[in-house]
Amino acid sequence: MSTHAQTGRPMGLYARLRGGDSWSIGDRLGVAAAWGAGLLLCLIAAAIVLYMLVRGIQYLRLDEIFSHPVAGTDQSKNGGFLDPLEGTLLLTVIGTAIAAPVGVGIAVWLTEYGRPAALARAVESCIEIVAGTPSIVLAIFGLLVFQQGFFGFLSYEATPGVAFGRSFFTAGMVMSLIALPLIVGASREALHSIPRHVREASYALGKDRISTIRRVLLPASRRGIGTGVALGMGRIVGDTAIVVILLGASLQNDPEGSIPGLSLLQGTGSTLTTYVYNNSPVGEGGSPEKAYAAAFVLLLIVIGLNFAVDLITRGRGPSWTR
Amino acid sequence: MKTRGLKLAQQRDRTDQRAELLLGALASAVLLLIAFMIVFVFAKAWPSFAHNGLAWFGPGGNVNVQLEEIFASPGDPAAYNYTLHAWPLLYATALITGCAVALATIVSMLSAMFVVEFAPAWIASVLQPVIRLLAAVPSVIYGLIGILVLVPFFGNHVISSDQKESVQFVIQLDGSSILVGILVLTVMITPIMVAITVDALRSVPRNWTEGAAALGVNRFRALRTVGLRAARPAIVAAAILATARALGEAIMLSMVAGSVAFAPNPLDGVTFFFEPAKTFASSIVDGAEGLSVEPFGQTMYAFAAVLLISSAFLSFAGWYARRAMRKYTLAPR
Repeated sequence: MSTHAQTGRPMGLYARLRGGDSWSIGDRLGVAAAWGAGLLLCLIAAAIVLYMLVRGIQYLRLDEIFSHPVAGTDQSKNGGFLDPLEGTLLLTVIGTAIAAPVGVGIAVWLTEYGRPAALARAVESCIEIVAGTPSIVLAIFGLLVFQQGFFGFLSYEATPGVAFGRSFFTAGMVMSLIALPLIVGASREALHSIPRHVREASYALGKDRISTIRRVLLPASRRGIGTGVALGMGRIVGDTAIVVILLGASLQNDPEGSIPGLSLLQGTGSTLTTYVYNNSPVGEGGSPEKAYAAAFVLLLIVIGLNFAVDLITRGRGPSWTR
Repeated sequence: MKTRGLKLAQQRDRTDQRAELLLGALASAVLLLIAFMIVFVFAKAWPSFAHNGLAWFGPGGNVNVQLEEIFASPGDPAAYNYTLHAWPLLYATALITGCAVALATIVSMLSAMFVVEFAPAWIASVLQPVIRLLAAVPSVIYGLIGILVLVPFFGNHVISSDQKESVQFVIQLDGSSILVGILVLTVMITPIMVAITVDALRSVPRNWTEGAAALGVNRFRALRTVGLRAARPAIVAAAILATARALGEAIMLSMVAGSVAFAPNPLDGVTFFFEPAKTFASSIVDGAEGLSVEPFGQTMYAFAAVLLISSAFLSFAGWYARRAMRKYTLAPR
């Protein structure tokens, strides 16, 4: 029978029902469950990383990174994944090159101007909708748009008036959409965290708003923007659906047209994600060893980007953020 | 001199105005994009809805067969076949998403409590990168591990041959099942929810929980009754975000959940969880090759339209939940 610590009287009915200051069985179970859930997450992450590490070391050969994929189901003869690796890098560059300036621009407009207020609110909720839209929906919307003959220069015209719609250009543009909300969010947060007096000091020196933004606010929010860009790159690297629909997920990068460089961007190709997808048992390739090796490289890239985010956020910021 | 200064000032004002206009136009382009997306996708999807009416959402027939027939419809636009009763897809989408979000809500609340209150400092500091990593792993890697490790494991060791025989005339059980789909999906969406819930729990004013503790309540109960309750809007917002993510998960589910349009039958007992299913999003991925076949492509856009409406509705619900609850509790920004 539990008694009250100070008075020694038996606890009241209410206190007993509530469990009083003692740890009831339910509470103990709750704490145990909390420990369990926390450790479970650690365990799952460790299992994934270790498993991929073992498989990666087991199957990854250095020459796979430098050789082109070849059609075939014999896992010793169907080449490496140079093309998908190039595809991943290329798409990330295109997507980030579009998303970073646009995203920062939108974030600046939302925090520094934002007039009329109704328009700003609408833009905000639209960014949220873009963030919530599945990438597969964005992908087939992109296909619909870029198949209009008007956009033929981005891929090529299969028949006059109807564009093929699948190319590094089109895939990169849709990829920029999935990176956009992350960049806008991180940049906005960084701009918000700059205190009012910094802006006022700049205005007091006779600077107008746009030069304040360019010379004071943007340099001060570099860190936040960098975080957003790195997160966005992670999204782009990891996305499969857009590549399946908009890049054709072909085995090798197929340049389209005769101008070197541009032709690659107008052609179809694949990325590490679709290489893994196609070589898993669901795809036609069916080479799990290659899939493991490519997935390991993909995981390394993602962990590297994660690490970059860590480095960016950990460094020393301007004085008011410390 | 005076006029020159004025002119300079005016000029500067104009650059500022021009910058505002330019940035404003950029931001408004997003509005246009959303409007275009909704109009384009629905215009393309319309024939599929129009031909089936409300029966589009209803049960009837085998969806796999229906999709094949749509794919093989004759070239004459007047003879296009659109017949589709997409109930199994709708049901599977709702089932997998719902179960995964429910599971993830429980796990994420518990582990957020763990991080905030019970974990020793070093475990808490390990957990943060762990959660970030789990959130960053691409879905195709989850799918690969699912299909090469979990699916064979379930197929060979967990599902008994009795269970396989009991439904062998309806569906084949080979391990790719809604259960594996739900489990992997839960791992994928939990990190987002944990991150948001931890932030919310940390922002609960210290003296609220201290007040509870002063009333003689133990740490767990103080956290549960005061902390979690104050963080409720954030948990709702996190659940909505996770739902949107789960709804759109295409690649992983098309790899591990079987890719057979089938409505798992709850009357089958435990076997229910071992039955395969296919969601809207993974149907689009599976049908990627056929997008250029007109009626089939339009059907795929109809799936996309359903997803688009659901996710737009979810963003609205999230916004509303935060706004409605901000009045009296802590809400995420």
